[in-house]
Amino acid sequence: MKTDELVAMLASGATAIEANTLQRRYATALGWGAFGATLIMAIKLGVRSDLAEAILLPVFWVKLAFPATLFAAALLAATRLSRPGMPLGHVAAGIAAPIVAMWLLAVAALITAAPEELDGLIFGRTWTSCLSNIPTISVPLFVASLWAMKGLAPTRLTLAGSAAGLLAGAGGALVYALNCPEMAAPFIAIWYMLSMLIPTVLGAILGPWLLRW
Amino acid sequence: MSASEVRLRDLLVRGLNGDASAYHAFLKDLSTHLRAFFRVRLSRLPDEVEDLVQEALLAVHNQRHTYDPGEPLTAWVHAIARYKLVDLYRRRAVRDALNDPLDDELDVFASSDTEAADARRDLAKLLERLPDQQRLPIVHMKLQGLSVVETARVTGMSESAVKVGVHRGLKALAAMIRGEI
Repeated sequence: MKTDELVAMLASGATAIEANTLQRRYATALGWGAFGATLIMAIKLGVRSDLAEAILLPVFWVKLAFPATLFAAALLAATRLSRPGMPLGHVAAGIAAPIVAMWLLAVAALITAAPEELDGLIFGRTWTSCLSNIPTISVPLFVASLWAMKGLAPTRLTLAGSAAGLLAGAGGALVYALNCPEMAAPFIAIWYMLSMLIPTVLGAILGPWLLRW
Repeated sequence: MSASEVRLRDLLVRGLNGDASAYHAFLKDLSTHLRAFFRVRLSRLPDEVEDLVQEALLAVHNQRHTYDPGEPLTAWVHAIARYKLVDLYRRRAVRDALNDPLDDELDVFASSDTEAADARRDLAKLLERLPDQQRLPIVHMKLQGLSVVETARVTGMSESAVKVGVHRGLKALAAMIRGEI
C-alpha cells in the first residue's frame, strides 16, 4: 500500500471525534476505581468507629489533605502525560509541595516530642496494616488509571506509569484514612508516603510494558 | 507559529469535527513533513523511512482524539513522530550504532518531502490478516468508500459493530506493525 493510499483510507469516511475524550475517560476510570476501592475498604475494614469524634481533630484533616492534594497533583500529571507533547509545567512542584509540607509537620512533631514518645509517633500501632492496606485498596484505581491511559497516547511511558500509580496510591490512601486510627504526623509522613510509593514504583515498572501504542 | 502550522492545525480541527476532505488534506500534508523529519533522522536506514511515515500516520489517526486544539500542533506531532522513531530504534536495537540526532525542539513542519519511496511493509497484506469483523468494515468503509449504513447492510453487521470494527481494526494494524500480534 502506498502512503497516499493509506492517507486516503484513513481519511475516508472519517467522522467527528467526540469532544473531551480524555476527561470522560478519566472520569469513568476514577469513578469505577473509587467504587472498587470503597468496596474493598467496606468489606475488609469498615470506617473507624470513632469517626464522628475524629473529624473534630485538625490532624484528621491533615491526614485527608495529604493524599487528597497528592491525588490532585497526580491527576494533573497523569492527564498531561496522556497527551503527546503536553508540557508538564509545574506538576513536579505540585507533587513535591504536599510531601514537603507533611514532612515539615512530621519534623516539628518529632523535635518537640519527649524521647519516649518517638517510637509511638513514628510507628504508631498499625504501620504494617497501613503498608498492606493502602496498596490493596488502590488496586482498582491502579487498573482503572492504566486503562484510562492506555486509551490515550502517553509517550513517556515510565513517567506516565508512575503518575498512574501515584494517582491510585493517593486515592487508596484517601479512602484508607477513613479507617486508619493513627493521628501522628510522622506516622503519616512515613507510612502513607511509603504505601503510596508501592503502586507508584509498580506503575513505573509496568508502564513501558502496558502502555505502548 | 509558522504558516504551515496554522494551516495544518485548521485542517486537523475541521477534520476532528467531521470534515473528511479537510482531514484528508491534513494527513496528505502531514505525510510530507513526517517524511522529511524521518529522512534526516534515519540517514543510515533510508529503507525504513516510508514504513515509519505510514506507521506515524496510522498513530496520528488512531490517537487523534488526544489532540487538544488549545495546544500547539507542532508539539503534538513532534511527540508522536519522536515516540515512533524511538520505538523503531528499540525494535532495531541500533540506537547506539546510529548517530542521528534525536533533538527535542525541532520544528516538524520546517521541511517537507513529497517523494515517497515504496514502503517495504505492505499494509494491505497486514489488513488481510485481521479478523472479518474488523477487516470487512475497513475494506467496505475505508477502501471502497461505503457509508456506515451501507457497510452494515453489505456485511450483515450492526452499525455500531461496523464503527467499532474500523476502530479496533486500525488499532490492531498498529499493533501488528509493532510486532505484538
